Order: sequence, then C-alpha cells, then structure tokens
Amino acid sequence: MSTTQPQTSTQITVTVDDIEYQREVEASDLLVHFLRDALQLTQVVVGCDTGNCGACSVLWNGRLIKSCMMLAVQADGAEITTVASLAEDGELSGLQESFSENHALQCGYCTPGMLLAARSLLDRTPEPSEDQIRRGIKGNICRCTGYVNIVRAIQAAAGS
Amino acid sequence: MSQTTGIDVAEQQEWKGQSTDRKEDGRLLRGEGRFADDWNRPGQLYVHLVRSPYGHARVRSVDVSEAEELSGVVTLTGSEVREQTDPFQQLAPPPGGEMRDYCLAGDRVRFMGEPVVAVAAPTRRLARDAAELVRVDYEPLEAVTTAEGTVADGAPLLHEEVGTNVAWQRTFDWGDIDGALEHADHVVSIDRLHFHRFSSTPLEASAALVEYDEGGGWTLHCNNQMPQFAVMFMAPALRTTTARFRYVTKDIGGGFGIKITSYPYLTILCLLARKARRPIKWTEWRSEHIMGSAHGNERTFLDVRVPVLDDGTILGFDVRALDDVGAYTRYEPLGGVIWSQVTPGCYRFRNIRVDYSTVVTNKTPAGPNRGYSRMQHLWFIERVVDIVAHELGFDPVELRKQNYIQPDEFPYETPNGCVYDSGDYPRMLDLALEMVGHDDWRRRREEARGSGKLIGIGIGTTLDSGANNFGQAQLINPHLPYSGNGEMANARMDLFGEVVLTLGTAPQGQSHETTAAQVAADILGVAPDEVFVRTGQDTGRGVYTGFSGTYASQFAVTGLGAVQGAAEALKADLVAVAAALLEVSEEDVVLADGAAHSKTDPEKSMALGELVGVVHTNNTALPDDLEVTLNRNYLYRPPLSAPDTESAFGNLTLTYAAQLHVCVLEVDEETGQVEILDYVAVDDCGRRINPMVVEGQVHGAAALGIGAVLNESLVYDEDGQLLSTNFLDYKAVTSVDVPDIRMTDIESPSPFSPSGAKGMGEGGGTPLHTVTAALQDVSAQRHGALVTDTHNPAETVHRLLRTEGKPGLQVTSN
Repeated sequence: MSTTQPQTSTQITVTVDDIEYQREVEASDLLVHFLRDALQLTQVVVGCDTGNCGACSVLWNGRLIKSCMMLAVQADGAEITTVASLAEDGELSGLQESFSENHALQCGYCTPGMLLAARSLLDRTPEPSEDQIRRGIKGNICRCTGYVNIVRAIQAAAGS
Repeated sequence: MSQTTGIDVAEQQEWKGQSTDRKEDGRLLRGEGRFADDWNRPGQLYVHLVRSPYGHARVRSVDVSEAEELSGVVTLTGSEVREQTDPFQQLAPPPGGEMRDYCLAGDRVRFMGEPVVAVAAPTRRLARDAAELVRVDYEPLEAVTTAEGTVADGAPLLHEEVGTNVAWQRTFDWGDIDGALEHADHVVSIDRLHFHRFSSTPLEASAALVEYDEGGGWTLHCNNQMPQFAVMFMAPALRTTTARFRYVTKDIGGGFGIKITSYPYLTILCLLARKARRPIKWTEWRSEHIMGSAHGNERTFLDVRVPVLDDGTILGFDVRALDDVGAYTRYEPLGGVIWSQVTPGCYRFRNIRVDYSTVVTNKTPAGPNRGYSRMQHLWFIERVVDIVAHELGFDPVELRKQNYIQPDEFPYETPNGCVYDSGDYPRMLDLALEMVGHDDWRRRREEARGSGKLIGIGIGTTLDSGANNFGQAQLINPHLPYSGNGEMANARMDLFGEVVLTLGTAPQGQSHETTAAQVAADILGVAPDEVFVRTGQDTGRGVYTGFSGTYASQFAVTGLGAVQGAAEALKADLVAVAAALLEVSEEDVVLADGAAHSKTDPEKSMALGELVGVVHTNNTALPDDLEVTLNRNYLYRPPLSAPDTESAFGNLTLTYAAQLHVCVLEVDEETGQVEILDYVAVDDCGRRINPMVVEGQVHGAAALGIGAVLNESLVYDEDGQLLSTNFLDYKAVTSVDVPDIRMTDIESPSPFSPSGAKGMGEGGGTPLHTVTAALQDVSAQRHGALVTDTHNPAETVHRLLRTEGKPGLQVTSN
C-alpha cells in the first residue's frame, strides 16, 4: 500500500439476520446503501437524506438505529436485524399479524422500519400507553395511514 | 328463493362490503415489496442530475468535458435534448400553449432544482463525483415568487414565447351574480384568501430503471402512477409511437398525485439509455423530490364578494382566483376547470362568477397533489360560509344546514351542469356533532375563557368528486381530443382453474388487489383468496386504456367497474361451457363454491378446474360451435358526455363522495401554539367495497390535511430559493402531530356507478377547512380577525389573536 494515499476502503464482517457477510466497503459508504446495494437486502429502504424519516430503521446489536445515519464501517462486527427476522419459520409474528388485522399499512414503504420501531418499543415497554406508543414511533414517518391504525395495531399486539 | 334443493344463490356470502384481509400485506409486512429502486440490471449506469441552484437564471454555458473524462461517464445536455426531442405537448391554447418545455433546461432555468445536465456512471458515487465536474455558467435573473407579483406590471417574464406569465385565463359566470349582489340584504367582502403550497411527499421518491433496445423501444421499471398520461407526452417528444414504451410498476411507496408528472425525468432516462446503450438507473434524493418533483397548487382568492339574504341564504359568490403552478404547466391548466366539478361545494349557491388565471412563477411545477384543485376551491367555500356565519351572527351549524343541498334534492344539478349523485350532508353534520360531543365542548369552550387557553370548534364539509370526465379539458382548450374516462381489466382462468385478474391501475397502497378480488369473487362464486391479482401495472400485459393509472379518487368506479365487466364476461364464458358439458340451459347454471352447478339438478356440477381443462388442455369435449377464451378484457366507460365549451356547462364527474369533519382545538394565547383536543370524521362514499380500506383512506387524508394546516409549507424566499428542501425543514407530520381520528360512515349509494360505490381516497382537504374554522372560532373570542390562509403555524395564530379591526373584511347591509 502506498504511504502517500490514505486508505479509503476496508474489509468488514457483519451479520445480518443471522447470516455473516464479509465485504470490502468504502469509508464513506452508508450502512443503508451497503445493505441494499452490496448485500441486495431490499427490505431496508431509503426515505430521506437527513435522517428524519426512519424508513431505513434496523436493529444494530438489538438497538433501533437509522441505517442512513451510520457508516458501513461502523457495522464491522455488529449484528444487524431487519424486518426479515420478525417472521419465524415463514410465519408472520404476532406484531405483523396485528398490523395486517388493523390495516396499519397501505403502500408498505414505511412498514419495515415501523415494525422494527414497534418491536423495539414493545421490548422496552411491554404495555405502553397511547402516548408512549406515539412517542415510540415518532421517528418513523408514514404518509398513508395517518398513524391511527398503526397505534391501534401496536396496542393490540401489546395486549396479546 | 329457489324452489328446489339446489344451490340457493341468495345464501352465497357476499364479499363486497366486508373488511377482508389484504392481499398486499403478506409481502409488504415481510419487506418483500418490489419498489422502483429495487430493480437492477448488470452493467447499469447510475444517474445523478445537475440541477439549478437558482430560481431564475440565464444559462450562459454548459461544459461537460471534465466530467466525461472520468471512465464510463456519459452525459446528456440541454442542447442534445433539443436536437433529439420535441417540446412536451401543452394542454393550454395560445398563448400558454406556446410554452416550450423540455426535460432539461436550455438557455434558461426557471426554478430551483430544474435539471440542467444528466450524468450517468457505473457507480452512484462516480455519478455524483462526475456531476461535481460539470461546469454550468449561470447569470442570475430577477425571480418572481408570488401570484400577485407575477401578474403585476414589470414582473420578470418567465417564458418569452408565451409573452405573459398568465398561462391561461377564463371567467366562469353562471346564474346572475351581479343581480344577486345588487338585491342581497348583505354583501360580505373579503379582500384575500390564500391556499398555500404543500405536498403529500410520498415516502418513496421517484425512481426508474430504463432499458432501451433498438427493436422494441424502452422498458421502464418505475413508480409513475399514471403511465398512460406519461406516454402521451413522452412519445411525441421522443418522436415515436406510444407502443414503444413498456411501463412496469410493482409496489409504489405512495403517490398522492405527485408521481403523475415525472415524465420529464423518464424522458431524460430514455435518452440516456439510448445514448449509452446500457440500462439506466435513477433514484431521486428526498431533497430532489421536494424541490424537483411536483408541488400542490397554490391558489390566491381576491376580491371575494358574497351576497346573503336576511334569513341566511347565501346566493353565491364572486371571486378572482390566481392559481400559481410554478415554472411549467404540465398537468396544468387542467386545474383551471377541475375545481368546477364542485363549483358550489355542498351548497345550493346558484350565482357564481370565478375569474380564474393559471399563472407561472419561479417555483417547482405543480402536480395534481391529493385533493387536486377541488380542495383549494372547497376550502375557499367553507371559509366563505364560516366567515358569513361569524360576521352576520348566524350559528355555523344552522347556517350550513340551511344552505346545504338537501337530501331530497339529489341527483342535484349544479349551476354549471355537474350532477351530484347522492348524499346527506345534514345527517353527516349531526353525526359528527354527536360523535364529538358538541354541547359538551361548547360548554368547555366557555369555561376555558380567561384561562390562557382558548378552545375553538370548527366544521369542515368537503366533496371528493370521483371519475373525472376528461372532456373538462375541452373547457380549457376546445381542440384537445379528450373526453370521458375509462379503465381496463382482464379476468381469465389459468390452466388448472385459478382466477387471475390483471388491472390497468398503478396502485400505491389503495388495496386494489384486495378489492378487485372481492368484486370478482362475488361474480365467479369463489373466495377472494382463490383470486390471484397481478401486482401493479405492466403495459406489456396489454391491459390498459388511455386513462389508466391510479389517481383522482376513481378506482372504486372505473377500476372495479372494469373488474366487474371482465368478471361478468368470464362468467359468461364459464356458464356457456358448463351448460354445454352439464347439458343444461345457461339460465340453469350458477357458479358457487368454486364450481358450476345446475340450479335445478344438484347432481349436476363441475369444479372450475375441470371445466377450465376442457377449454385449455382437453378441448375435444367442447362443442365445435362454442367460442370461448376464458380470457376476457373489459373496458369500463362511465356514462358521461362532452360538456358545452362555450357555456362551460356539463357533468364533469360521475360520483361525489363527501366527508364532514369536526375539530376541537386549543390555542395557547401566549404562544399561538395549537393542540387538537378532539377530531372526528364522517365519510360517505356510497357503497363501501371494503370498509377497512375506506377508513384507512380517510385517516390518511386527514393526517396529510392536518399536516398541511399546522406543520407543512413549501416556503420560497424572494429569489426563488426553496427554504424547505428536506424533512428537517418541511415538517412532515409524525405520530405525535396527528391526533387519534374517530370516524363513522354513512352510505348514500351512487345511482350512476356499477356497484353503487363512489370513488374516494383524496379526501377533499377536509382538515384544512375544519381546522381553519376552529381557528376562526378562537379568533372570534378575541378580535375576530379573519383566518385567511390555509397554513397556520404558531406564529400566524399568535398574530391572528392580536390583529384588531378585522382588516380585509367589509360587510355592507341594506
């Protein structure tokens, strides 16, 4: 390696939904683009440029983060969970069923991020009030549902 | 009731009207939706656009040589565009029709964000880096950013070839407004009302993957929501036929009308795909979407005069409207007549004059944002009614009920010949007031006075006119060859007897797969789960007509009308085959439980799978003279006629859904901060195919409306710089901004639609009417200053409470 050129890429090892990947990434690659482009995991989507919409949300070592606000290199050694991990043995989880029963999705674009936000909320606060639910998902923009049915779906999932 | 022990058709479960599970959910909940950025092809080039940083500027030179030195980079400039394409067709007659609109700027840029050069490269990063190397020399020009400014003497001229910033104008005059103003007991005059600029900003931005092949033309995997509208502009521009474009949409992450006018971007991609001979992939950034896709229409209402009788009868209104459509007319000036689908709103006004101008400014071009053109007008009407109530001392509830079109007057012909099919507005108002607990809130409003918080109660009535008559375009320009409306669907039986539906629509969350299956299931005697509905629109399937797409609150009428027709045609085929094979008459055959049965002889029945096999794979058993395909297209056309272009008279929409909302809000007197305490909605969209889907649409429209009135505004400075270009500054509402919305429905079936359903979905901007009425109620507890704008953040409300003398209002009485 030349000593006059700074290193701009590196190897990372990251586990996504229990599968380990080793890839070369550029220093400036965002995690969301790494997931979508390098790993072809299109269940993680992009909704904005400024980290305001939450569409790209994933769990990073169990913690809800916006994958557009993280560099791929920061995920080296991490365990990332996407919406694909919610279903078990191909069966939708109770939370996902609740979203369907309560019509908490229309176009479905915000849904992967919203489900992970809801999962994260319920893991921390198993019996949230309506106010806690609304605050728990306020980082996820939805333009279709008006949030009404999303709140109801989370309430129903918490209740069961 | 059947006389025999055979199948009792009356007992068959009807799927229409039930809140069945959504077919779309299985894939979307798993993150397995196919959205436009998910498409990839080997060897694809990624596109990054060089966009104007100025609101208005001359382009002195464009130099792409440095960018092109990078390996694999291909560029497209405005001068190449002008060699290879013709300007996009214009809907307006001259002078507006002279406008020359291309997919890339030429010697002038007219809005911040206008694309100037397209750069394609083997990686996203390289495309961005190469774009940085493109040298564009701009000479800034004076910008004009208001409607009143752009029509004033000395305003900068945007389009030399048009010669004016008024792209289109027409004065609509029905009844006798001058007589009404003269004979009225009171005239309420309002200087100015303003409907602000905002957008539904779908969470998924525009995106496309475009491929070109010399023999077949272009394939566009994209998320445009009205591909047939797009192709009618793209094909002539690209100097070819419409058949050479195949649009493929699968899942679309929201559209709301904003993804209708993306055809200039698709044209750029088509040119690049042909130039580079590689697949071309483009995905809009959020900031590009906000500044470069489309904005809602911004409309200013001036010199409003309203004649009123002593008993509260409002005779009509006179108004001058300036509709600011940004720098280019694309879907415009259709907005100039579309409001007239609802000329008197929900009211019995008979004397109406509107001097309407479509004007251009140095802002993003307008697109048909959810509620398009009707909601601007309906807000204006509700403001008028509300202000009349306050100024002349009428109860806002009683004044509305008195002036509403009454339930026994339907079908009701408006002053310009539109026919409202059915409705019951007084009942909706009563239901809303009861649901919200009106008396209780009125008491609490009084109790709150002096506490530092003021409570306001507001009513908003709206219409969601659905299934446009595109003959309305002839009221803009009599030479436009458009009228009526239509949608196509295909219903067929696959080889082992599965029902397959193909739609001409391009849904973005409206549950078309689900409701289409419900309609077909009822007709074919199967369960919706047994109906396979293909996702999205693919013009390669050949199931579309000129109006295909998903827009304008019409699917329940046009789309499902097409599904109904196709399923009925398929049923006729199945019945003919069954009759032949079972050796009964066609009248004796009923389809139920996935089989064909004889009504009179229960022993005679055949499963659909077996029946279908006799046509597809085992057809010697079929009588020679029986011609069936089990593959049936149907083109639904709503019963509409071309309007009279001289008098602007005629029916412009087939169905009229209605919504009525009541809002209770609390204002902090010191800060102007608004908090919604209670919000209820009553919906009437005729016969509901799937009540759960309808409610979801009501919620969604309400949230966007609440967002617009309290949070969301696209703000420009005087140089044409858009100040709100991302979700940090453009405050798209979140779960803490939108209250719970309680709602109920009534059903006034439409006598005109195939199933009695009315199109719905856009929502008519109801919260804008409702919340501004609630703020007016708050203002009345202070100095009564008029709420004149649709956008009311805290600073505006703060000022409202402190403005004395009711500026902009005059009331004259005889």
